[in-house]
Amino acid sequence: MVAAVMSAAEPRAAKRRNWMTSINAWLLLLPAIVLLGTFTHYPILSTLYHSFFSLGRGGTSNFVGFENYAYMLDDDVFWQVLRNNIVFALATVPTSIALALLMAVWVDKKIAGRSFLRLAFFTPTVLPMIAVANIWLFFYTPGYGLLDQFLKNFGFASNNWLGDPSTVMTCLAVMVVWKEAGFFMIFYLAALQTIPPELKEAAEVEGASRWYFFRRVTLPLLMPTTLFISINALINSFKLVDQLVIMTKGGPNNASSLLLYYIYEVAFTFQDTTYAATLTVTLIAILAGVALTKFVYLDRRIHYQ
Amino acid sequence: MKFKTKALLTAGLMTAASLSATVAHAVNLTMYYPVAVGGPVTKIIDDMVQGFQKENPDIKVESVYSGNYTDTMTKAMTAMKGGQPPQLSVLFSTDLFTLMDEQAIVPIDQIEGVDKKWLDSFYPAFMENGRVEGKTWSIPFQRSTIVLYYNKDAFKEAGLDPEKPPTTWAEMAEMSKKLVKKDASGNVTRWGVEIPSTGYGYWMLQALAIENGQKLMNEAGTQVSFNAPKTVEALQYWVDLAAKDGVMPKGAVEWGTLRTDFLEGKTAMMWHTTGNLTAVKEGAKFNFGVAMLPAKERRGSPTGGGNFYVFKSASPEQQKAAAKFIQWMTAPERAAEWSIKTGYVAVTPAAYETEVMKNYVKDFPQAVVARDQLQHAVAELSVHENGRIYKIMNDAVQAAVTGTQTPQEALESAQKQSERILSRYK
Amino acid sequence: MRQKDHSVETIAAWVLALLWLLPLAYSLWSAFHPSEYATRFDLTAPLTLDNFVKAWHQAPFARYYLNTLMLVSLVLVCQLVIATLAAYAFARFKFFGRDVLFALVLVQLMIMPDVLIVENYRVISALNLLDTIPAIALPYIASAFGIFLLRQTFKGVPNELVEAARVEGASSFGVLWRVFVPLGKTTYIAFGLVSVSYHWNNFLWPLIVTNSVESRPLTVGLAVFGAPETGVDWSVITAATVMTMAPLLLAFLLFQRQFVQSFMRAGIR
Repeated sequence: MVAAVMSAAEPRAAKRRNWMTSINAWLLLLPAIVLLGTFTHYPILSTLYHSFFSLGRGGTSNFVGFENYAYMLDDDVFWQVLRNNIVFALATVPTSIALALLMAVWVDKKIAGRSFLRLAFFTPTVLPMIAVANIWLFFYTPGYGLLDQFLKNFGFASNNWLGDPSTVMTCLAVMVVWKEAGFFMIFYLAALQTIPPELKEAAEVEGASRWYFFRRVTLPLLMPTTLFISINALINSFKLVDQLVIMTKGGPNNASSLLLYYIYEVAFTFQDTTYAATLTVTLIAILAGVALTKFVYLDRRIHYQ
Repeated sequence: MKFKTKALLTAGLMTAASLSATVAHAVNLTMYYPVAVGGPVTKIIDDMVQGFQKENPDIKVESVYSGNYTDTMTKAMTAMKGGQPPQLSVLFSTDLFTLMDEQAIVPIDQIEGVDKKWLDSFYPAFMENGRVEGKTWSIPFQRSTIVLYYNKDAFKEAGLDPEKPPTTWAEMAEMSKKLVKKDASGNVTRWGVEIPSTGYGYWMLQALAIENGQKLMNEAGTQVSFNAPKTVEALQYWVDLAAKDGVMPKGAVEWGTLRTDFLEGKTAMMWHTTGNLTAVKEGAKFNFGVAMLPAKERRGSPTGGGNFYVFKSASPEQQKAAAKFIQWMTAPERAAEWSIKTGYVAVTPAAYETEVMKNYVKDFPQAVVARDQLQHAVAELSVHENGRIYKIMNDAVQAAVTGTQTPQEALESAQKQSERILSRYK
Repeated sequence: MRQKDHSVETIAAWVLALLWLLPLAYSLWSAFHPSEYATRFDLTAPLTLDNFVKAWHQAPFARYYLNTLMLVSLVLVCQLVIATLAAYAFARFKFFGRDVLFALVLVQLMIMPDVLIVENYRVISALNLLDTIPAIALPYIASAFGIFLLRQTFKGVPNELVEAARVEGASSFGVLWRVFVPLGKTTYIAFGLVSVSYHWNNFLWPLIVTNSVESRPLTVGLAVFGAPETGVDWSVITAATVMTMAPLLLAFLLFQRQFVQSFMRAGIR
C-alpha cells in the first residue's frame, strides 16, 4: 500500500527500483514466512477446521458442525480446568509482580550485597521447570518432605500437600511465583534505571518520605512496565504446564489441571484430536483476547507519547 | 519454497539417520515398555534384550523405556498416528479394545510360525483379557495381582500375631486401628494401612468391588457398573478407612511413594502390586509378610500389568522376529528370572517348576502369594477407550478420598461420563 | 529512623534471597551426600559423587546432553540467520505488504508454538520428521521475538553508515553483513542467551515429538528417569536434576552480568 501510493508520483525508473526493492525484501523474508506460515498460521487455521469434524477412528471423519463445542460446554472437566487456569493466573500474576517490584526496588539501590541478592532472585528463572518440579516435589512430600519436617518442629501434623485438592493449587502457585518473580524483577530493574535521579533528589529536598515518593512518583512511572509484565505473565500462565507432568498429573481429581495440560491429555493420551482442536480453539481465543487488550493498550501508549 | 525447506529438512534427517545406522540385513525391532514398580527394571530389561541378541544376532531389538503405562500407551499411539509405530510394545493388558479400535495390532496366533501349544502354556487368568473373538491378541509379560504387604515387626509391637494378617475387611479395619501410632502431640507417626489412589486408583477400587461381589464391566467392554450399590459400598469402605476409622492418611495416597512409606515404617500395611515385591524385599529393614487381599463377600483381586503386543504395521519379517523375541522373553527360565528380580507373577506354570524358582520360593514363600491368589482373580477392567475410562475412574476415586464428593456422587458422575463415551461402541 | 528502616529492609531482602536459594541449595545438598542424609542436615555428613555416578549409569545422560546441545545450537543458528534476514527487510526496506506482514509475524508472540501442539504434531508427522532433533526445533526457528528485537536494533543504525558502505560499493548483503550485523552484537548476545535458556529448558513439545533415546533432550530424559513409579532414590534423582541444570547454571554464574543485562535488553520493547 505504502509503495503503491508513492509510486504514483514517481518516475518510471523509481517505480522499477521499488519493484526490485519489494522483491528483495520478500526474498529476505521468505524463510521466516514459510516457517511461520507452516508452524503458526496454518496450525491456527487447521485447528479451527478440525474442531468441526468427528474423530473418525480408523476411517472416515465427518463434518459435525458445532457438536464438539456442545460436547465441550457439557464437559465438567473443561469447566474445571478453565476455572483452575483463571485461579492459577489470579494467584500467580499479581503475587509475582508485587514481589518482583519489591525485589527490583531493593537491588536498585545501594543495599549490602546487592549483586548477591540480584543473583539469588534471578537464578530460578534460568532453571528448567522440569528440574525445579523435581526439587519442589520433594519439598511437598508428605511425612518426610522438607516442608513437613519443618512444620513438625512446631507440632503440626503431616500434610498431604499435593494430594489434597484444597492445597494443591496453592503449592503449585507458590512454586511458580518463586520461579517467575526474578524474571519480572529484571523488567522493573530496567525501568527503574530510566527514572532520572534528579527526581529523587528533588523529593528529598522537599522532605518527602520514601514511601510517598514511591507511591506518587515511582509507581506511576512504572505503570507501563507493570501493564507490560501483567500481559506477559498472563499469557505465560496459560502455557506453564510442565510442572504438572512431574508433580500431579493434573490430580487429584483434576484439581490442579490446566487447560493446556488437558489439551495434551485429550490429544495424546486419549487420542481425541478433534476434541483437542476444539479445546485449542478456546485457548487461542483467550490468548487472542489478551493480545487484543495489549494492542489497544500499546496503541494508546504510543498515542500519548 | 517447498523444495527449499525440504532440502533443509533432508539434511537434518540425514544426520539423524546416520547416527542410528545399523548392521545390514539384521531385522530391527523397536519396543516401548513401561515401568510401574521399583528396582532397576530398565537394567533388567536391557540385560534380557542383550541376552536375546546374543543368541539371535540377526535380530536387533531397541528397547525404549517410555515412562509409566499411560505414558507408554500415549507414546505408542502418538507414534503410530505419526506413522512411526514401534513393532512391539509392552502395554496394559487392558488396552486391548483400544488398540483393536485403532486397528493397531495383529493377533499373535496369526503370525507365521507361532506355536499353538506355546499360547496354551500360560496361566489362563492372564490370557483372559488377551483373547477376544477367538483370537489371541497379546502375550502376558509383567503380570501381577494386588497383594497386602504387612510389617511383621509392627504387628508384634501392636500385640497382633505377625503370622495372622487380616482376612476380612472388618479385620483389616480393626487391626489397623491397633497399628496406628501417634506421637506425644497426637500426630500420627504410623498409619494402619494405605491404599494408593493416584495413577492406579481404578485398579484398587476394582479389587474392593470384586471382593464385594461386583464386577465393574461386561465381557464386551461396552458396559460399566460404577454406580452399582456394591461398588459404592466398596468405595465407601475405602473412604471410611481415612475419614471414619482414621487409619489411613486423608487425601490422595501416592502410588509411587507408597513403597517408600512402607519401608520407612510410615504405614504398617499397604496394598500394592506384587511387582514391587523384590524392591520391598531389598529395602525392608524389618520382617514383612505378604498376604492375599482380605475378603468381604469373597477374596479377590483383579489381574493387572502389561502384555506384549505386536503392531500391524510391522513387516511380516518383523512380526516373525517379534514373536520369536516374545517367546524367548516368556520362556520358563526367563519368566522365573524376571519374577525373582521384580516380584511379578511368572506367567507360566512351567516357570515355577524351574530349579532356580523352586529354590527361591523355598527361602522366600512370599513370592508365590500373588500366584496363589490367581484362583480368586478376575480379569482387570477392560473397556473401549480404556485410557479415558481409567481417567474417569481415577478422578472419581480421588474425588471421594479427598472428600470433594461422596462416593455415591463421585461414582454417579463417573458412570454418566463413561456411558457417554461408551455409547459409541454399542 | 531512616537508618533503621534501611537495616530492616536489608535484613528482609537477605531473608528473601536465602529463601529463594533454598531449593537450589537443598538439591545440591542432597545430590552430594549419601541418601541417608537426604533429609537430615548434618555438617559432618560425608561428601560423595556416588549419586552422580549412579544416575549417569542408570540412564543415557551422555546421549541426552548431546541431544540438547545439538538442539540448542541448531535452534540458535537457524533463528539468528532467519531473524537477521527478516529484520533487515522490515527495518530497511519499503515494500508492498510490509505492515500486514509484520503484524502476521507478531501473531507468534501471542500464540506461541507451545499451544499449537496438536496441529504442529500433524505437520511434523506429515513432513516425516517425527522423533528427530529438527522436529523439536522447527516450530521455533522462525522467532517473532528475534525478528522484533533485531528490527528495533537495525532501525537505530545511522543512515550515514549505510550510505558510506554503499559508496564503497557494498551490495545489500554486504551492507547487512558489514554494517548491521556488527552493530547488532549486543542484541545478538541478548537474544542468544534467552533462546538457549528457553530451549535448554523446553519440555512439553520435545516430550510429544520424541520417542527414542536418540532424540530425547535432557529435560525429557530427566522426566522419564525421575518418574516416581520407578522409586528411584531421591538423592539420585536430585543428582540427575543437578546434572540437567548444571551447564546453564554455571554459564549463568560465570556471565551473570551479561545474562541479567541481556534479559533486561530483551525485555524492553
